[in-house]
Amino acid sequence: MSPSGAEVLRQIKDRIEEVDPATVREQLESGALVVDVRQDEEWATGHIPGARHVPKSHLESRIEGVAPDKSQRVVLYCASGQRSAWAARTLIEDLGYESVESMTGGFTLWKDRGYQVEVPRFMSAEQRDRYSRHLLLNEVGIEGQQKLLDAKVLLLGAGGLGSPAALYLAAAGVGTIGIVDDDTVDLSNLQRQVIHNSERVGVAKVDSAEATINALNPDVKVEKHKLRLGPDNIMDILPNYDIVVDGLDNFPTRYLVNDASVRLRIPVVSAAILGFDGQLSVFKPYEGPCYRCLFPVPPPAELAPSCGANGVIGVLPGTMGLLQATEVIKLILDIGNPLIGRLLMYDALAATATEVKVRRDPHCAICSRDPDEISDDELGVFPDYEAFCAGVH
Amino acid sequence: MATIRIPPVLRPAVGGEREINADGENVGDILRAMAVDHPGTESQLFGADGDLNRYVNVYLNDEDVRVLDGLDTAVGTADTLVILPAMAGGAR
Repeated sequence: MSPSGAEVLRQIKDRIEEVDPATVREQLESGALVVDVRQDEEWATGHIPGARHVPKSHLESRIEGVAPDKSQRVVLYCASGQRSAWAARTLIEDLGYESVESMTGGFTLWKDRGYQVEVPRFMSAEQRDRYSRHLLLNEVGIEGQQKLLDAKVLLLGAGGLGSPAALYLAAAGVGTIGIVDDDTVDLSNLQRQVIHNSERVGVAKVDSAEATINALNPDVKVEKHKLRLGPDNIMDILPNYDIVVDGLDNFPTRYLVNDASVRLRIPVVSAAILGFDGQLSVFKPYEGPCYRCLFPVPPPAELAPSCGANGVIGVLPGTMGLLQATEVIKLILDIGNPLIGRLLMYDALAATATEVKVRRDPHCAICSRDPDEISDDELGVFPDYEAFCAGVH
Repeated sequence: MATIRIPPVLRPAVGGEREINADGENVGDILRAMAVDHPGTESQLFGADGDLNRYVNVYLNDEDVRVLDGLDTAVGTADTLVILPAMAGGAR
């Protein structure tokens, strides 16, 4: 007759290493890898701070993503120490892990001892469904999705670049999306500004964008700024956000946004387009260059035509706006290599992407100075940008 | 002889080409050779003093020539020069 589950478990516990919660607590402080193998609902009510979650139902397929180095010590726990013992056996005997311990008494004993407990922010079943493709990625997971939900991103312009960026940031669950645009939807916009539609012609772009976003993802709060950004309002608006997406259509405002964002230490994901060509870079104050390091001086009007004059292929702002949204997500999640100190140039006709290095200018008029050296009186006081940009050459 | 990548705003002045070749040992020579072949590019690249206009960036492969030797930066046959003025785009 085959042994009972309880008997097998006893045998397993004889073979594997078990460890007391007090020891686990000490090990946590020195950076040990602690893995909670309980189910989602149990994890959601509270877990050991710093633990990673790999439910036992997905143990074999996900543990290697969390613990790629099989020689690293791993401590497993569950509610009472039974499931973690089974799981430890699997890791050691089936998957070749060299150093695995199961915590005796499980999370129940941990709590009884009065040790610290972390309660994750609540994500509803509907959210877990909506973001399930994100939750599956090691680089995102529940923690990453929470970061996205907590993020506040400001879009400057709900036009060619802002439209795709807003759509995909909303889809990703960026919790607060601010939009600055004083324009109304025009028929000629619909060739590329896909957040709007034929029924919205004549409607304010911020209202149109809000309606589309609300229908796509009710988790997102849209903050509308139906105005043109200027020296008189920028310092009231920018500080409320973590990241700025620059989809601007003119130079004076680009320099204004640059200076303000450097002083506030807010990263700007900046793109520009014309015809079939796009440029993209990330300006992260003091970590990389600012816009002025790249272009200290704007070009004269004849070297900087507008899309209204020159035309633009509709898909191009779609591509560049999506790339902007990608950089925003990378910044929020702190993953990958953002385009800091790099300028990407995309040629849609050739289907090529080239990159050049952008260096911090040690003599930059703005970012060579420490923002704390700039007094309150200077904050919000900007040189006359329109004259500056209009007056060159 | 090196390859020069032409930005959209300058393409009309070089007959619509995205890339052209020009002769020269250094960045300055190559750009001046291009300006001789395509006079429309002269004023857009160079100021009255013969220096590169400050609103135009030129890269030798992926490095801004201003952090190298500027217009004196040596250029080989396998190198590419990229000319980059700022773009603003927009509907207006």
